[in-house]
Amino acid sequence: MPALLEVSGLTKRFGGLVAVKDMHFEINPGEILGLIGPNGSGKSTVMKLIMGIERPNAGVVKLDGVDVAGWPSHRIARQGVGIVFQHSRPLHRQTVLENIKLALLPDSLTQLMAGRHIDDKARAIAERVGLGHVLERRPGTLPFADLRRLELARAIARDPMVVLVDEPFAGLTSGEVRDFSELIASFRHDGHAVLLVDHNVKGVAALVDRVIAMYLGEYVAGGSAEEVMANETVRRVYLGGKIEMAERRARPAGASDRLLEVADVSVFYGKAQALEGVSMHVGAGEFVSVVGLNGAGKTTLFNAICGLVPSQGRISFDGTSLAGQTPAVIARGATGARGGIVQCPESRELFGEMSVRENLDLGGQHLPRDVSEKQLDWLLGLFPILKSRANQAARTLSGGEQQMLAIARALMMQPRLLILDEPTLGLAPVILEQLSRALETLRKTTDITVLLGEQNVTFALPHADRVYVLEHGRFVWEGDPQRFAVEAGAAYL
Amino acid sequence: MKTFGIPLLIAALLALLPLGASGYVLGLLTLAYYFGVFAMSWDLLFGFAGEVNFGPSFLIGLGAYTAAMLNHYESLPIWLCVICGALVAVVGGVLLAVPALRLSGPYFGLVTLVAVLLLQNAIVLFAGLTGGEIGLDIPDILSIDANTNYWIALAFMSASGLILFGLSRSSVGLILQASGQDAMQAAALGFNVTKHKLAAFCVSALFSGLAGAMLIFYMGTASPGTVVDIGVGVQVIIAAVLGGRRTILGAALGAMFLIVAGELLRPLGELSTFVVSAVALVVILFFPGGFLGAALHRGER
Repeated sequence: MPALLEVSGLTKRFGGLVAVKDMHFEINPGEILGLIGPNGSGKSTVMKLIMGIERPNAGVVKLDGVDVAGWPSHRIARQGVGIVFQHSRPLHRQTVLENIKLALLPDSLTQLMAGRHIDDKARAIAERVGLGHVLERRPGTLPFADLRRLELARAIARDPMVVLVDEPFAGLTSGEVRDFSELIASFRHDGHAVLLVDHNVKGVAALVDRVIAMYLGEYVAGGSAEEVMANETVRRVYLGGKIEMAERRARPAGASDRLLEVADVSVFYGKAQALEGVSMHVGAGEFVSVVGLNGAGKTTLFNAICGLVPSQGRISFDGTSLAGQTPAVIARGATGARGGIVQCPESRELFGEMSVRENLDLGGQHLPRDVSEKQLDWLLGLFPILKSRANQAARTLSGGEQQMLAIARALMMQPRLLILDEPTLGLAPVILEQLSRALETLRKTTDITVLLGEQNVTFALPHADRVYVLEHGRFVWEGDPQRFAVEAGAAYL
Repeated sequence: MKTFGIPLLIAALLALLPLGASGYVLGLLTLAYYFGVFAMSWDLLFGFAGEVNFGPSFLIGLGAYTAAMLNHYESLPIWLCVICGALVAVVGGVLLAVPALRLSGPYFGLVTLVAVLLLQNAIVLFAGLTGGEIGLDIPDILSIDANTNYWIALAFMSASGLILFGLSRSSVGLILQASGQDAMQAAALGFNVTKHKLAAFCVSALFSGLAGAMLIFYMGTASPGTVVDIGVGVQVIIAAVLGGRRTILGAALGAMFLIVAGELLRPLGELSTFVVSAVALVVILFFPGGFLGAALHRGER
């Protein structure tokens, strides 16, 4: 049987960055293929290229024998591709039924009325995805899982040959995951070819016939879920190679084991639950890494600790509850305390038009002048590159230098707990090396406490005293970094 | 049928107004009805296609000046001038929209804004032909009878409202809304977003041009201050937003409110514009759904 979807030589460049390089795979009728890769590996771009949302620079996308590469999105959709986006944005003034009908309408400027058959078909589809009982409701009143069902209904409405699903189970409870798995599995019997895009094999393993893995825009491995999980390169990408622990100072005797304590904390974004009752603690002088893939809830956890998003549960710092405190107070520390919790966010948030020196001075704004000068001297010693760039605008720095500046600025505030959120995001390997050395120096020379969030395990493990693995808003493993690959590796892939 | 009932009733009541109201009030409302069509056409673009057209008076002006010049120089009959005006507005609109729709975000709006300035400058530049800033007088008028003028305007607004509202509630309107809200998703559902937005622009231009052309045959003169100036466009936009985005009929309501309120407050002198603007600001800030939006769409989110 010929493949329904045949991709070969697919390449996409954004400026100088090669996001997808020579990708190739095929999906047969009735087959479910998983496409996995860590954040930034290019898997979403592959999906957009197939759908025509982005135009490929080179390559062939054959849909049942017809090359659709470079076609506009709406023609590819009409040719037989449906997509389930991760975030659904239905029409809020229309009912569920009308939203499904929309997907069945012809692309015509003259057909003003939807026929009877469209109505019937929309009802049948709603019934199939489990929306039969909410046909007349408006999307805004539906729970999150039903919105995902609506998105699914619209994608399969015109009976496409190929269905693309982006992160099929993100934000769903385990019961809902079961329902959705059954639904997606039922596409198999209709002869659809299905592409599931996800971060790791585990999420889709039960459902897929085959998996292919991507890293840095390229194909790394393909085969059954077990084969891909056992693949050497895939293991290195996800679990890191052999771990050489970085040097550290012994923690002073009698230091508190509970500088930061997080107990049963949950966070909701509208209807989606981003954190489900997580508990953790960080001792004074400890370096704790929270490892998790994109979307696991790391940033949400950090924002909850810093008071930037409302949360349920208990968070206390140095024995005092942080409930009701403003982010500014949490960052500076309550009056009388020495230093608070400072986060160095994923997006760095530098002031691009200001010089390196000005960015650093802003961080030390609340300190007495002599303290601030001393702190600055110390930091410029820690990150010598910033000294030579002191008068340069922050936006002209390289990615790695910007990251160092962001960390230095956070340290200017003299935090007792420094939170680093994905410092390695978008950095080249040699820069990672430099950053890693800077962290090592920091740990050797100070008694600072660090909480690091990372999906790059190779970077996160060497420094850590303890590691937490976060997945779908829950901690699934906690322990010594040396035991990570053996014990948590399977869960992480 | 429920959705059409109340507007039809209101239109019927308004049609009886000449039995009692003075010529002054009728004249005011006649003007308001033409503005109502401007605002409804604008809402089709902003509320449904999701494109902010900062230059509604570009389309209005094209229609008005085409009709005015054809009548002034060629003495063509009114109906032919009006049709030509509407067609030129559509052609001008397409010439503007085809390149502008390729741009995303605020750039579409900026292009439409620049178009108004260009048109206004062209009119002043070719003053010999267009009458410049003073305007062009028009030999023919719709009617000398205030009642007739009133009824023509009311019928025109009602018909336009019916068509535009019906369109917004049709399958095509649904596709247009989807395109305006999330173009990427609409395309992935198999809709040619550009085609639908362009069609919406054409319809909007058609009614703007028609209304612009008819307006000048009511007023007996065409001048930049009444049909082209940026200020005219701003009034149209405020009327539509005030009346309620994505409601079409609300836009007509907003236009009537704006013009009648402006007139009622005239004794306040300069202050009247201020008061009307302040009311508009309050409504937009606290009831972003506008008059109709607040009334119709309670509890949807």
